[in-house]
Order: sequence, then structure tokens, then C-alpha cells
Amino acid sequence: MAAAGLTRASSAGRPLMRLVTMSGAPILQQLHLEERLLRTTGDNWCIINDGTAPPTIVMGVSGRVSELVEIQPVLRDQVPVVRRFSGGGTVIVDQGTVFVTFICNKAAVAGLQPFPRDIMTWSDYAFSQLKFGGNAQSITKNRWVHHTSFLWDYDVKNMDYLKIPKRAPEYRLARKHTDFLCRMKEYMPSRSVFTDGVITALREQFLVEPTDIETVLSDDDAFVPSTKLLSEQDLEEIASSKESLHRV
Amino acid sequence: MAMAASSRLFWASRAAAYLRISTFPRAFSTVLKDLKYADTHEWVKVEGDSATVGITDHAQDHLGDVVFVELPEVGSSVSQGNNFGAVESVKATSDVNSPVSGEVVEVNEKLSEEPGLVNASPYDKGWIIKVKLSDSGELNSLMDDEKYSKFCEEEDKH
Repeated sequence: MAAAGLTRASSAGRPLMRLVTMSGAPILQQLHLEERLLRTTGDNWCIINDGTAPPTIVMGVSGRVSELVEIQPVLRDQVPVVRRFSGGGTVIVDQGTVFVTFICNKAAVAGLQPFPRDIMTWSDYAFSQLKFGGNAQSITKNRWVHHTSFLWDYDVKNMDYLKIPKRAPEYRLARKHTDFLCRMKEYMPSRSVFTDGVITALREQFLVEPTDIETVLSDDDAFVPSTKLLSEQDLEEIASSKESLHRV
Repeated sequence: MAMAASSRLFWASRAAAYLRISTFPRAFSTVLKDLKYADTHEWVKVEGDSATVGITDHAQDHLGDVVFVELPEVGSSVSQGNNFGAVESVKATSDVNSPVSGEVVEVNEKLSEEPGLVNASPYDKGWIIKVKLSDSGELNSLMDDEKYSKFCEEEDKH
């Protein structure tokens, strides 16, 4: 019996993963939650947020606003711009976006080295050259976040708020958004087929425990997330002058 | 006519000793003798009660091209084992943890324009912060170059 207990064959060997499901939560709120779960808890988490409002531009930690965003239309139409805590590119997210985030202890995911490299080689989500999801990672001492925004659907007009980035992965090939993206809804019958599929796949590796978000948003008000919403003033300053070294 | 292998090895280790770098059988990354190392792959160079901190060659190699370094404010405090900044490479942002506790007295501003210095010169031009130490006793919990080399080897095996 002792020997059997040491193997990982039984379901008792699966690590616990807490599942939080939301729908339409603002992306700023989701990102703050992710940072809090990453830095102040020791559990494994999967967050699924089905759609978000309002449509929001989300930049990576180092992006230069003037290079990535069409500031005048953004100011005119009052589109919120958020700088997230992870790296990677700029996206515009809305009700057609489905978010899936994993926050894990490095030891939890078997076969993944406790170093960034393996996580960073997870390739982009694409159906033959057309991308339907973008992801980014943030890695701490013992934990990491891998979060993805999946394009269930998207509004072409929204893409006009984003510039074609100067620094881009090879697959981009300077294509406009409409030329390198596709909509998942053209490949799958429904959003719930996708999200249920994610949860089913998770259950193979983890003991999945749905968790109420209220119990998660507890007392730790000492924690200050780094994801921030750029103010109108921030954007106007960037628009009127050359963006300085001290990025907002 | 080729030199005998043992002779080559002898001269290689003489050269290494002169240049003050460690050699070990599978020498993937450089490890410097005079520095102390944390198990999260940061190095610290101590001069009196002042310390310079950066990430190791092993770390920069695994991260890939660094595109951005998030620096702390001068005057902020750091504590051993806790993150003080981050390094962005490709799609991952990785915490940088301080091997020592103290006050940040200087940050490497050059990294704002040239984050690649972390890759090209991790122990020299790619330094990240300078700290006024609050507890030099903490250095005892860090690894020396030999221990760190072995540590990296073990980690890479998995």
C-alpha cells in the first residue's frame, strides 16, 4: 500500500486547481484579480471570463503607447487603455473575447521545467496562420501566470484603434489585423463548447474545484496590483509630446 | 599535430583561472568567482556595505532576448528573496529577486534604452541595481560560484 501511495497513477495524485468563472467582467478587474491570486495565494487557479465590457485596449508591460495605439481616436471615443503586468503585445478586448488564465505553482504542472523557457515555447493559438488567441506570461519565484485572450468574435472597427506594431513576432509579417486573425465562432458551435472543453481538459490533470469569487476577494487590501488604467491626462501628455523614457 | 586532450584541458583551466572564471565539464554559462549567487539566478557583488545586483548568464540565456527591464525607484528598499523589478523577454515577464536587503541607491538607467545589455553583459554593463546593504550577514545564505554552477547543472537536468 505504501508503494502504491507513492505513484501518481491515482486521481488522488492530481493537484488541486480552483476554478473561477465569470462573464462580462471588466478586464481591469480580471487583471487585478490575477495579480492578487498570483502574489498573495499559493493555490493553482483557472479563471475563465466569458466576454468583457467595456471594449478595452490592453497593452503589455513595456509597450510604448505612441507606437501601438492610435491615441486621437482613443481619446475621442474614450476607449479605456490598460497596461497589464505581463509582457507581450497589445490587444483590444470586448464581448467577443473569452479569457482563460492559469495561475500555477511551478511544481504543479508535471513536465514543465521550473524556468520560463518551457512556458514561453507554448505556441500561439492559430488555425493555419490565422491567429485566434494571444497569450502572455508572468513568472515569479515559484509561480506563474499564463493568460490568453481568445477571439470568439471581434469587431473589425475596434482594430482601427491599434497600430501595426514595429516590433512583432515573425508570423505577423506586417499583416493588418483582419489578415492574420480569425474568429473561433467560425470553427466551433458555441462559446460553452469551448469553455466546457477547457474545463474537461483541466480535469485530466487537476482536481478542479469551482470557487466563488467572493471568497477570493478577501481582506488583503495591503496588496497593490501593478496593472493600471491610463488616465485621459496620461494619454493627452503622450499625444502632445514625444513619449519619454519614463513610460506611463 | 593536435595537442593531447589533457594538455589542452590544463591550459584551458590555467586561462580560466587567470580570467577568474569557473570551468566545469559542461560549461554552458559563465559563472564568476568573486560573486555570490541566489537560487533564483541573481548575482551580487559586494564592496564594503555596497552591493551591485544583476541576473546571471544562465538566467539571461534561459530568458532569451530581454526587451524591457522594470526598475525600482532609487530610495526604495529591497529585501532578500523578494522581487524588486522584472525583466521582459518575448512573452514572459519574469520577476527579479534581490539577493540582499537594503536601500536602492542607484539603478542602471542605460537599461531603459538598451535592455539587451542584460543579455550581452550580464555581469558587467547589464547590472541592474546598486544597494546599500542593511545586513551583510545575509550573504552567508547565498551560494559561491562552485555551488551555483552545480545548482545550475542540477536544474538543467530536469
